[in-house]
Amino acid sequence: MRVVIAEDLFLLRDGLIRMLDAHGFEVVSAVDTGAGLLAAVDEHHPDVAVVDVRLPPTFTDEGLRAALEARRRVPSLPVLVLSQYVEPIYARELLADGTGAVGYLLKDRVFDSAQFAEALRRVASGGTAMDPEVISRLLAHNADDSELGGLSPREREVLELMAEGRSNAAIAQRMVITERAVAKHTSSIFTKLRLHPSDDDNRRVLAVLAYLGRRS
Amino acid sequence: MTVDPLLIWVLPFIPITLIAWGLFGLLMPAYWSPIVHAGGNQWYAFIHVTNGTTALLSVPLGIAFLGLGVWSTPLFLRWYGQAAGSMLAPTKQAALEQQVAHLAESRAEVVDTGAAEIRRIERDLHDGAQARLVAMGMTLSAAEQVLDQNPAAARALLLEARDASAKALIELRDLVRGIHPPVLADRGIGEAVRALAMDSPLKIRVTNELPGRPPAPVESAAYFAVSELLANVSKHADARQVWIDIRYEHGLLRIDVGDDGRGGADPGHGTGLRGIERRLSAFDGILALSSPPGGPTVATVEVPCELSSPKTSSF
Repeated sequence: MRVVIAEDLFLLRDGLIRMLDAHGFEVVSAVDTGAGLLAAVDEHHPDVAVVDVRLPPTFTDEGLRAALEARRRVPSLPVLVLSQYVEPIYARELLADGTGAVGYLLKDRVFDSAQFAEALRRVASGGTAMDPEVISRLLAHNADDSELGGLSPREREVLELMAEGRSNAAIAQRMVITERAVAKHTSSIFTKLRLHPSDDDNRRVLAVLAYLGRRS
Repeated sequence: MTVDPLLIWVLPFIPITLIAWGLFGLLMPAYWSPIVHAGGNQWYAFIHVTNGTTALLSVPLGIAFLGLGVWSTPLFLRWYGQAAGSMLAPTKQAALEQQVAHLAESRAEVVDTGAAEIRRIERDLHDGAQARLVAMGMTLSAAEQVLDQNPAAARALLLEARDASAKALIELRDLVRGIHPPVLADRGIGEAVRALAMDSPLKIRVTNELPGRPPAPVESAAYFAVSELLANVSKHADARQVWIDIRYEHGLLRIDVGDDGRGGADPGHGTGLRGIERRLSAFDGILALSSPPGGPTVATVEVPCELSSPKTSSF
């Protein structure tokens, strides 16, 4: 799987390259600016891009804007955005086109390299990977939503893991229950939130994220 | 301009006299005869009042005086106001002295607040991230010592060090958010307030009509003012709807935070509002609060500033 990395800090860039190498990814280009990312995407047509939000020359949200621009040029180009902090408002921008194939994770998540590699594969294959902190903040924002309040604690746990972008199998493994039990929970969640059920895992996740982000 | 105080005192009486004189002429037909028969003044202005006919002549003249009096009243009162103002209002020097006193006071407060903030940051770093890094170093060196004899124990220690670094990161992130929130730096006050709204359990409608960005220190003060106001709303107001309007008018950044809660907020109560005022006063900004019992509450933040043109994307 071919990866482009945009990260301006040498230590982190180097660490990411080594880690991805160890997990069987091929890093075809590592750049340190937003403009560099766009050039690398044009040149290498990677399977996925890993982008730091804060890049030179502005050191603000240059990376995020470059990632969004890259997706405008190459529709549904898989992009995993990394940041020292996560903001639901940026997650909404990444999810806005409704096509998925996006990830938005705290940099801390690279500590667990196996999980990180799994998230990157998921994004590359069109799924989503939202940081648990984004999800918990979206849920806190919807604290007085009566439909969310109607979920059982188990269903809520499934909802959180689903919103992070995990598959039924991964949720089952995480919660130590069967996949069939997970499927039962998810269909109950969809009924309670009055969302259209879908067999497609990714569409289901995007529907849940849209539900959580719809209040402004 | 120096004006004789006596002249100022006389000014408002001129229209009053005109009106009284007009009324006198108007009523002349009613009481000319006792005055004339008693040998009193027989002249009304230039009319020599001797009988009923001449008394009637004084009526139109009286009406003219009356009209002049009524018409000139605002004029004389304006002159009166200007003349009195020029004598009673503070001189330029007094106004400057007042401003210097205000600046000295607000500067001292800003320095105090800044120093307290730096102490808080130092303490947070010392007790938080710094302590965790020390612990991490010790854990790593312990891991190194047991690595050969007891790889399992070394592994446990390494995991512990990893957890400590994750916790240090979380603490540093919270600290940074408290000093200068990243969205504020990235996108400016409008988007930062939107991000605040997205993090709040309250239902908040945000309208942002800023054509550019205020200077960073003003944005920061305004952001923390809105953040504090929202915290107050969720703590005390019991509101169902909250709205925030961000505008720029007549050289002022103006942010309204309104809610449909129970009202009755007291600006003298609580250190939060006082803190906002102190922070805003460094930029000659103000906080106004309207909160009748039963609501609605509207808090207005106003800060004079210049806007810079919006940043154009480099892509």
